[in-house]
Amino acid sequence: MLNIECPWCGPCPEAEFRCGGESHVVRPGPHDSVSDEEWANYLYFRDNSMGIEHERWCHTRGCKQWFNIARCTVTHKIMSTYPMGEPKPLFEGLD
Amino acid sequence: MAYYSAFKLFLEGLRDHSGWHATWKDASPKSQYDIVIVGGGGHGLATAYYLAAEHGMSNIAVLEAGWIGGGNTGRNTTVIRSNYFFPESTAFYDYSLRLYEGLSKDLNYNIMFSKRGMWVLAHDRHGMEMLRRSANAMRLNGADAEVHSGAEVRRLIPFLNESPRFPILGGLRQRRGGTARHDAVAWAYARAASKLGVDIIQNCAVTGFDIVGGRVIGLQTTKGAIQSSKVGLAVAGHSSHLANMAGFRLPIKSYALQAFVSEPVKPVLDTVILSPATGVYLSQSDKGELVIGSGLDLYGSYAQRGNLPTMEATASGIIEMFPSFSRLRFLRQWAGIVDIVHDSSPIVGSSPIDGLFLNCGWGTGGFKAIPAGGVCFAHTIAHNKPHPLIAPFGLDRFVNGAMIDEASASGIAH
Repeated sequence: MLNIECPWCGPCPEAEFRCGGESHVVRPGPHDSVSDEEWANYLYFRDNSMGIEHERWCHTRGCKQWFNIARCTVTHKIMSTYPMGEPKPLFEGLD
Repeated sequence: MAYYSAFKLFLEGLRDHSGWHATWKDASPKSQYDIVIVGGGGHGLATAYYLAAEHGMSNIAVLEAGWIGGGNTGRNTTVIRSNYFFPESTAFYDYSLRLYEGLSKDLNYNIMFSKRGMWVLAHDRHGMEMLRRSANAMRLNGADAEVHSGAEVRRLIPFLNESPRFPILGGLRQRRGGTARHDAVAWAYARAASKLGVDIIQNCAVTGFDIVGGRVIGLQTTKGAIQSSKVGLAVAGHSSHLANMAGFRLPIKSYALQAFVSEPVKPVLDTVILSPATGVYLSQSDKGELVIGSGLDLYGSYAQRGNLPTMEATASGIIEMFPSFSRLRFLRQWAGIVDIVHDSSPIVGSSPIDGLFLNCGWGTGGFKAIPAGGVCFAHTIAHNKPHPLIAPFGLDRFVNGAMIDEASASGIAH
């Protein structure tokens, strides 16, 4: 089981959280000049990479706040947690 | 290669079983193939077989990073069914079920397909309405479906919880559904493909693609470079990983899906049963183990192992349905990496790279689709255009919006 460091509540067990998928996905715009391909890319297409992924998580059974996790999808190791709105942390030699 | 029959078994019994030999050839890669299939699971092996058997191709290789059938083909819960909602889905999956019905004979290999039937339960009034809607859709689309009352479900399936938290109001039964021996499906296709000259190459992982002017001309592997102008990807949860190597993305998220078997017990359950309220389904294998599956571990993973909260939820779901099973112990637990798509329908057809074809997005239900997936993918690769049964399932549906949303329509739980 993952031990997740919520930025507000500290470390809590995985079962208290919900993963909301890839973070840092930017909505294209203005909406009336976005092509079908761009909408599809925004809505459905994802990196889904083997390695470090940046995800939104919500502490649903705790403070109910959203935040970001940088996590390895192969080992499940959590590299860092950081508040919404902050840029992606970079990991030397891993990204 | 020996022809399998009762007579052959009898004969070998007389001569101390000295006449059994390897059923397929473990090949080394050549430097050039007409077609390379990446992924030696059910879909990859079936595709290679149908390319050789139905399209007269001969210079074909199947590359497998591990051992054949060692991915999701060997990790699923072996259920075969066609209880979908949309006409496109039922046409495809029911064709697959029909191919499964004749597969042991077609491939001269006993895949142990047992048509023990598949039940989906309903636990409330809305569930019953959805069940009737589902049964009507299946019948209209040509698959078999029966709706039974709760009393009838209890009469046919003993040991169900007598006072459950989620009452059993009824069930949808598909009699033609059932289970098969998953390894045997991979081995049967491998044997049949090998006999037709297909090279099956194990421990050969793809590390890159050679692409010139938007067209694939070959691949780099851990066993050297291979030239090929047609490459088919049938790698399930690792599809995005290979697509990223080729320079494009897919509308797929990879998750771990766990399965469990209990210690073996005497026959207690002669069908497959799915309870939407507990999110758990189970059947009993010929060895007597209860084969149990449930929902995804709900965060992205390539780890091929599951987490404990999902395991606990699965165990509590089983006990809610069958309290007497609480005395059983889990014997084994494992996970496969499944390729989840937003509309829970597969993606089969061309990719943004010419000559590179996709067979992915089967999510949690690829095993039942193996024969039809093989037929349709082989046709797609051989003719450079999709087989009619699989044409609606192209990658372009995410751009033009023509989704086949089984995720909502047939209530796929994950």
